[in-house]
Amino acid sequence: MSGTISKTIEVPVVDGESERYSLRMGPQHPATHGVLRVDLELDGETIMECNPQVGYLHRGFEKLAESKTYAQALILTDRLDYIAAMSNNIGYCVAVEKLLAVSVPERAQYIRTIVGEMSRLCSHLLWLATHALDIGAMTVFLYCFREREILLDLFEELCGARLTFSYPRIGGVRQDVSRYFVDELQRFLDMFPAKMEEYETLIDTNRIWLKRTVGVGKLSGAEALGLGLTGACLRGSGVDYDIRKHQPYDAYDKVEFEVPLATEGDIYARYRCRMEEMLQSVHIIQQCIDQLPPGPIVGPDAPDLVMPFKAPARVEADAAAFGGGLIKLVRDQKLYISGDVYVATEVPKGELGFYFISDGNNRPYRMHIRSPSFIHIGALKAICKGELIADLIANIGSLDVVLGESDR
Amino acid sequence: MEPVAIIDQVKAEFPDEVIEGYVNQGQGAIIVRSSRVKEMLRYLRDDASLQMNHLRSLCGVDNSRRKDPGLSKFEVVYNLYSIVLGHEIRLRAEAGDTDPAIDSVVELWPGADWLERETYDLMGISFTGHPDLRRVLMPEDWEGHPLQKSYPLKGKVEWKGMIELLEKVKELDKHGFDPEGHAHGQYDPREND
Amino acid sequence: MNIIMLLVWILILFAVVMLHVAYATYFERKIIGHMQVRVGPMRVGWHGLLQPIADGVKSFFKEDIIPENADKPTFLAAPIICLVAMMTSLAVLPFAKGWVLADIDIGLLFIFAMSSLASYGVVLAGWASNSKYSFLGGLRSMAQVISYEISMGLSLVGVMLMAGSLNLTQIVEAQGDSFLGMYLMPQCIGFFVFFISMLAETNRVPFDLPEAETELVSGYSTEYSGMRYAIFFMAEYIGMMVMASIATICYLGGWNGPFEVALFPPFWFVLKVYLFMFLFIWIRATLPRYRYDQLMDLGWKLLIPLALANIVLTACFRAILA
Repeated sequence: MSGTISKTIEVPVVDGESERYSLRMGPQHPATHGVLRVDLELDGETIMECNPQVGYLHRGFEKLAESKTYAQALILTDRLDYIAAMSNNIGYCVAVEKLLAVSVPERAQYIRTIVGEMSRLCSHLLWLATHALDIGAMTVFLYCFREREILLDLFEELCGARLTFSYPRIGGVRQDVSRYFVDELQRFLDMFPAKMEEYETLIDTNRIWLKRTVGVGKLSGAEALGLGLTGACLRGSGVDYDIRKHQPYDAYDKVEFEVPLATEGDIYARYRCRMEEMLQSVHIIQQCIDQLPPGPIVGPDAPDLVMPFKAPARVEADAAAFGGGLIKLVRDQKLYISGDVYVATEVPKGELGFYFISDGNNRPYRMHIRSPSFIHIGALKAICKGELIADLIANIGSLDVVLGESDR
Repeated sequence: MEPVAIIDQVKAEFPDEVIEGYVNQGQGAIIVRSSRVKEMLRYLRDDASLQMNHLRSLCGVDNSRRKDPGLSKFEVVYNLYSIVLGHEIRLRAEAGDTDPAIDSVVELWPGADWLERETYDLMGISFTGHPDLRRVLMPEDWEGHPLQKSYPLKGKVEWKGMIELLEKVKELDKHGFDPEGHAHGQYDPREND
Repeated sequence: MNIIMLLVWILILFAVVMLHVAYATYFERKIIGHMQVRVGPMRVGWHGLLQPIADGVKSFFKEDIIPENADKPTFLAAPIICLVAMMTSLAVLPFAKGWVLADIDIGLLFIFAMSSLASYGVVLAGWASNSKYSFLGGLRSMAQVISYEISMGLSLVGVMLMAGSLNLTQIVEAQGDSFLGMYLMPQCIGFFVFFISMLAETNRVPFDLPEAETELVSGYSTEYSGMRYAIFFMAEYIGMMVMASIATICYLGGWNGPFEVALFPPFWFVLKVYLFMFLFIWIRATLPRYRYDQLMDLGWKLLIPLALANIVLTACFRAILA
């Protein structure tokens, strides 16, 4: 496998020399999806050098998490990828559960799968909306927002929040789903595939859309893998890597779904992959609703939100108030396990990994977040070299980056 | 492959480099010396029975307050995964106590570029052979490396870029709009007197 | 006496066109709103009917910001050039029989000249702003206008050949007042080329590259604000109207319709112009944007050869039939 990318740039040379100039795009720019700055070195409209700059949204989550208990640090993950906060919450919870060896009841797993896929739909709808807007198709933008609104209303019904949910918790989920929620979700699922067709009629076979996307931002599978791309960007290049299949978490091993693949590795391939993924998400949610088992939504050994900070002696006294689970953990001297784990989940943007080190305290010793957006922005430099400004915009949209996640 | 088998294979290949291998929650990890880390990673990536072709994450750790004894102060953690074979391994490379440094793996995975820059930026570990080792998340003139354990959670002083910015705002406000700086929340205690 | 009458007519035309431009924005916002599952302006007046007035008043009272390093005289003049050139082309348009300010014999050429002049405004605005986005927008506009001016001019040669005149009134009269007389059918290739060039000439989607907001922020008008920005906007809408009028005159038989509306002779003309305006808006709501090089490809490799073929075909048929 070779990860290096070589591209030859053809630039018409006038009088033996061509004149370059630099353009600083962003951080305030309509198409950089947040506060991304791209320093461009241009020759005409051809990009000779492309240097993305991030950090405008850096809030030091990794440092901050070291001073928070595991339950408290959950809310930080809402602010990572604020478009799909639910997926981050789930990713965090799955990782902490693995670290502390906490079990999750089956019902909670199914609910998490449902909300995780809803979150994927939300994120992909917003991606499609902004990506189409970047390429100039304005109507798709508003169509997508129409459907996203329904999903956000459903989230509001579920947990009271529309954007920063903190709905999953370590060892389960916070509230049970209501009958109303399930019925409304079912209605959405019945209606959504028709809406997908609506978007596709607008752009899928549109000549201009094809011209702008086919063959642009091409990456081979080896290149994409070397650059660390994950999610639809990697699958668009033909690498079959979906953590939901490779290392299933929650209820993904109990439902059937396909991982859409494309081999071309261009913007259109990534677009197709994400569109198919949306349909697969609908499929997964449908199965989860049908199979949703009864039972508790929080595991018996889940540490409660109110975690005593200090000595185990006090833990025992405090824990008595919270029922058996916590006491069992404390008695087994297992409340906080030391060790390290890396747990990845498939969020809409790609692979979101949490690397935790615990040294037996109630706070993570170190929490590293492997954020797909950060790595995708890093790859922008290699992808965009030699392409036009308009392609840069299309590529940023196609990589689907969120700066909150990239900058952490 | 099972984590234990992977650890044993790496141990057999690099007997002098591996300090310790262990399995936690089903995930195998190897603690290694830093001198030949690049070779080890190349071996992990290219060996036919391992094929760890996906660098999942790369981060630095400051061990100075960790309870486990015998660790070097800084280490770099590589999480690898084989997409073809579906197994994973974690490599923890010691990076030394003062002036931590380790070989860059950008040659193996171009995507490690930004991950190494981030580790350098936040943890202060430098990567030899990195093509462009600059800060990436923090401002370029930032002092210190925030993720080190000795770095305070709340900074001692305001970043000088911020001070400059506030001064510039004040300067601009003299030209109208907001001569007393109310809009920027600069509370003036004299106002209430 | 004649001059006074002429001035009065000019004033009336000016007022009508300005109002029309204001309500063309309203028209666009409403239609595009309904196409995009929203309702468009609703707050100012009944169903937002006074919105254009409010917008006009707002832009009049906004601060006119001139960048420090801009080339001031050019920066100030650029929007005016745009507007003046576009307004001047209105003078030769026959809205109905005899309803024309200047019935000159080179009407069509005059309009070409003016619409090319208007692009000067855009190029100068891009250059004078001393901003890279504006500059790129100006450059794109220049390249675009040059390429599409050619295909547009060539596409209309067919009409000239058939009508045997450059005078717009005579072109309309040559088409007669029946549906079959319209040049739309015999000149369908020419019309196709003209329609696409018309979109490019007015910087509308899918050819809105000079002001591509997701790439160049706002292109040549990035640094403009207040009234000057509004002037660019007006020029664009007048440009749309002029182009729609040319299309109506050259291909749809101008003011002729199935029956005459005695009280308001330009009835059919206005209706046809609005049909084109609707098409402009419809296309804007539907299509994505071309890339710069693809736009050039389309212009030079497809439209110009097509227009040339059209000329040859038309000329042959004329020679055979005549």
